[in-house]
Amino acid sequence: MLRIPCPHCGERDYTEFRYGGDASKTRPAHDERDVRAWHDHVFVFTNPRGPHREYWQHVQGCRQWLILERDTATNAVGTARLARDGTPA
Amino acid sequence: MSGGPHRLARGGRIDRDRPIRCEFDGRPLAGFAGDTLASALLANGITLVGRSFKYHRPRGLLAAGVEEPNALVTVGDGGRTTPNLPATTVEMRTGLRARRQNGWPSVDVDLGALNGWLAPLLPAGFYYKTLMGPRRGSWMWYEPFIRRAAGLGRAVHERDPDRYDARHAFTDVLVIGAGPAGLAAALAAAAAGAEVLLVEQDSALGGSLLAAPVTGSLERWRSQLETAVRSTPTIEVLTRTTALGAYDGRTVALLERHDHADPDPDPDRGAARETVVTLRARAIVTATGAFERPLLFADNDRPGVMLASAARTYLNRYAIAPGRRALVATCTDAGWLTALDLAAAGTAVTVVEQRDEIAEPLVAAARGAGIDVRTGAMVTRALGTRGVAGARVESRASGRAQRLDCDVLCVSGGWSPTLHLTSHTGRKPRYRPELDAFVPEDWAAGDFGAGAVVGAYSSAAAVESGLAAGRAAATFCGCVSTADPPTAPTAPAEADEPTALAAALPPPRRGRGRTFVDLQNDVTVKDVALAHDEGYGAVEHLKRYTTLGMGTDQGRTSNVNAIATLASLGARGVGETGTTTFRPPFTPVSVGALAARSVGRHFRPIRRSPLEPWHLANGATMIEAGPWLRPWFYAWAGSDVGSAYREEMRLVRSGVGVSDVSSLGKIDVQGPDAAQFLNRVYVNGFAKLAVGKARYGVMLNDDATVLDDGTTARFGEHRYFMTTTTAQAGEVMSWLEFLLQTAWPELRVQVVSVTDAWAGMSVAGPRAREALERALPGVDVSNDALPHMGVREVVLDGVPLRVLRLSFSGELAYELYVPATRGISLWEHLLAAAAPLGIKPYGLEALASLRIEKGHVAGLELDHRNTLDDLGLGKLASGDKAYVGRALRARPALQAEDRWSLVGLECLDAGARLRGGSILFASGDAIAGHGRGYVTSVTFSTVLGKTIALGLYQGGLRHRGEEIVCAFPLKGETVRARIVSPMFIDPEGTRLHV
Repeated sequence: MLRIPCPHCGERDYTEFRYGGDASKTRPAHDERDVRAWHDHVFVFTNPRGPHREYWQHVQGCRQWLILERDTATNAVGTARLARDGTPA
Repeated sequence: MSGGPHRLARGGRIDRDRPIRCEFDGRPLAGFAGDTLASALLANGITLVGRSFKYHRPRGLLAAGVEEPNALVTVGDGGRTTPNLPATTVEMRTGLRARRQNGWPSVDVDLGALNGWLAPLLPAGFYYKTLMGPRRGSWMWYEPFIRRAAGLGRAVHERDPDRYDARHAFTDVLVIGAGPAGLAAALAAAAAGAEVLLVEQDSALGGSLLAAPVTGSLERWRSQLETAVRSTPTIEVLTRTTALGAYDGRTVALLERHDHADPDPDPDRGAARETVVTLRARAIVTATGAFERPLLFADNDRPGVMLASAARTYLNRYAIAPGRRALVATCTDAGWLTALDLAAAGTAVTVVEQRDEIAEPLVAAARGAGIDVRTGAMVTRALGTRGVAGARVESRASGRAQRLDCDVLCVSGGWSPTLHLTSHTGRKPRYRPELDAFVPEDWAAGDFGAGAVVGAYSSAAAVESGLAAGRAAATFCGCVSTADPPTAPTAPAEADEPTALAAALPPPRRGRGRTFVDLQNDVTVKDVALAHDEGYGAVEHLKRYTTLGMGTDQGRTSNVNAIATLASLGARGVGETGTTTFRPPFTPVSVGALAARSVGRHFRPIRRSPLEPWHLANGATMIEAGPWLRPWFYAWAGSDVGSAYREEMRLVRSGVGVSDVSSLGKIDVQGPDAAQFLNRVYVNGFAKLAVGKARYGVMLNDDATVLDDGTTARFGEHRYFMTTTTAQAGEVMSWLEFLLQTAWPELRVQVVSVTDAWAGMSVAGPRAREALERALPGVDVSNDALPHMGVREVVLDGVPLRVLRLSFSGELAYELYVPATRGISLWEHLLAAAAPLGIKPYGLEALASLRIEKGHVAGLELDHRNTLDDLGLGKLASGDKAYVGRALRARPALQAEDRWSLVGLECLDAGARLRGGSILFASGDAIAGHGRGYVTSVTFSTVLGKTIALGLYQGGLRHRGEEIVCAFPLKGETVRARIVSPMFIDPEGTRLHV
């Protein structure tokens, strides 16, 4: 029962959001033709135990895609930032 | 009125001014307000309260609270029937109707008790070992009979008329349990400035203090604690509220019960029977106390064998003498407190204490009260059948045994902290030998424990630990207390109860009778030994093999005894053997409460077209399509869908019809980079789409499976209007937002869902243009002005109108969009203006059938596994631009020739009944397994006069012309069909360009 701190709307129940997968990977360039690069992006995940960065969209709120820090072992939620602003280095 | 022959003349927490009569097994039962059904039964001398699960042995009350394994009753009638409630938790109230269960013909005379004689044939795992033969599926055949014989109460099939509610709540500090620890924790947290919610499953506050005599100092103290809590405005108290489960993020599910006054709250007046609360706390104090454990000895399940703490509760709280001659078998000081209270109430008491060394004051007090004290002794067997009549008591030192008479046998085998809630969040407990108990450990940040659950057994110690936990919880919430350490009303000397104990001794291995570990599931020490010998020596295996710890009581009184028994059989100690994992809910919860208001038409939201009122007023039969309600067919065309949709199809193919397409997803796409954006998301080119034109497009997922198809029109330089399928509207919208916000934030594009803003209608048929000319005389809809895939935006009488010439049916057709509030007026205007042409509305069935004839794919074909090529749309993809999914489209497996691909199917028998979902086989294939494909959509083609279908078939149109078999094994049907082009009519599209 996560609570997600939406940068626009404040802390909200996770049921207002949709999950969007791993946000720790960089999407290949749009015109990338290399099948291996896309294969790795779409199908290969590390499934870490511990801190993780993932996409969530506030579908029942501001509709913004967020990058949320979540610990996969404890479900502890950290900060959420707008995906539009990019990921920190 | 006495409220029962066993009721004491004085004392108790019952309200003697409010006598209550309820109905039990069809007969009146007298009690008082403040009674539970269990206490009323005991007061009236009804000690046989149930039959055991497997052997149908007579059973009585073991406990006085939620841990009760035996006294399960069914409450209420008809749709309000609730089975398997412990009588110890059912409050007495007028109108209550309850009955015993699991006895045939009755609990008093139960023929199922014959199972007791068969017991040697029914060991643990018996069913699995024996009833699995002689062939597969045998268990399915035996199971209903076994379940009936061993059944608990029965659920009913009638609809529950009651209303249930759900709500969300928030608090700083949640305190679970209102015993001395919980009351103190609430006071301390509130004193530090926290907002506190105190929940208690009982109807009264005080926990274990409620079992103390009402005239003593403990009750005065309890009352002071309650007053302090009740008079603190920042403490909200919820009684009759159970914490069902604890979840991540300090979320706790609470169940509030409202039916204590009226057993049948009036749903029409909005009264809910129960409410499930999703509570989010910033800190939690778990003060859930501990359950007492019974002792293991032969026939320890006889009615009259009762937990010492329960006997004390019945005596002091309900003013009931549980017997005239009591024997207290104990290895804890707590058993002695029961003995002292029973003696004070005039009961003849013998204490049989396993330990040799007891605190001298306790022994002196017992002797002073006239109690017969036997230390270093243990009960080895209970005597009597339908009720306990005595006990076989053995001296540990000499081994000499003697019979002692008694009519109630109180047992005290130690305490099991109520660690269910901490277990829910994955916290493993640790075994503490000095307490002979598993105690929660490894507390998460913001989680605190207090009282007996953390081993603080005396009331005074519980209050001390409660004060500390409450203060720590408030601090964790950021409350900064400037006051001195919090205090609670000063504890009397009696609050420092003796709490010494020793681990209970294992039962003797020899001798007659059965020794029960789990009363509810009829699991004996012998069953545990058998499971251990057969290799199920791990607790989780033991649980599943014997069902020990399952059921409505979830092994509250059996868990640790089972672990100790298991440990005694192997090399490992109790701590190493470990405990099973507890899972929510803590106590059984009705499905109605979990569903709350999400039942019937509130089960899920319904999406409605702005044209729906017209449809309903004009003979439409509606159908659910995903979340939408859409017109299925209209009465003008027929009274049943089978004939009506064909009539509606004929109208569209020969004249003109209009259908409601408001449910299509609509997305407004705007911005200087909108063309570039669309060009990236669709497989086909959109960069050069001219203003005033629309284009059909297909979107892929990153993995190159088809996401959706639809039409996008360009109404301005930077302004597009996208339509999606009804089913995928939400997915597409989120996907576009995802791409814009995560992948291509540099694109200057905004997308907004306008699905609900526009009413949409499709005017289709050879006479569609004529219809529009009549209805919209100011709009040039000639083929030159508005060719196929042309779009036009006009304002008529101040109302924006969008006209898109595109076709789903294969006929000349136009989609019209107006603001939703003007939908009905345009719809009615169309029908009136084009009435001379014979225009009529057509529904979803005809709409879907028309597109099957045309070979258009839709949601049934787009199964998120197929590729562009699978659907015959490969040529659409642009060869010289990048689009989402392009790279992975090149994967070799997606190029395989035997992929399941789109085909048309024509039934050889023109009128054959073919079902969607039929499995496709080549002629000569055995009709078994997954086949070579399946039928996705099927209809009767009015143009061809035969049943046709679309389907996915291995190798697709490579097999054109072949005869195949469509099988529907569930009905034993097979239909022969020929593979043809999916474009059944007008493959050249000549009808579109007239």
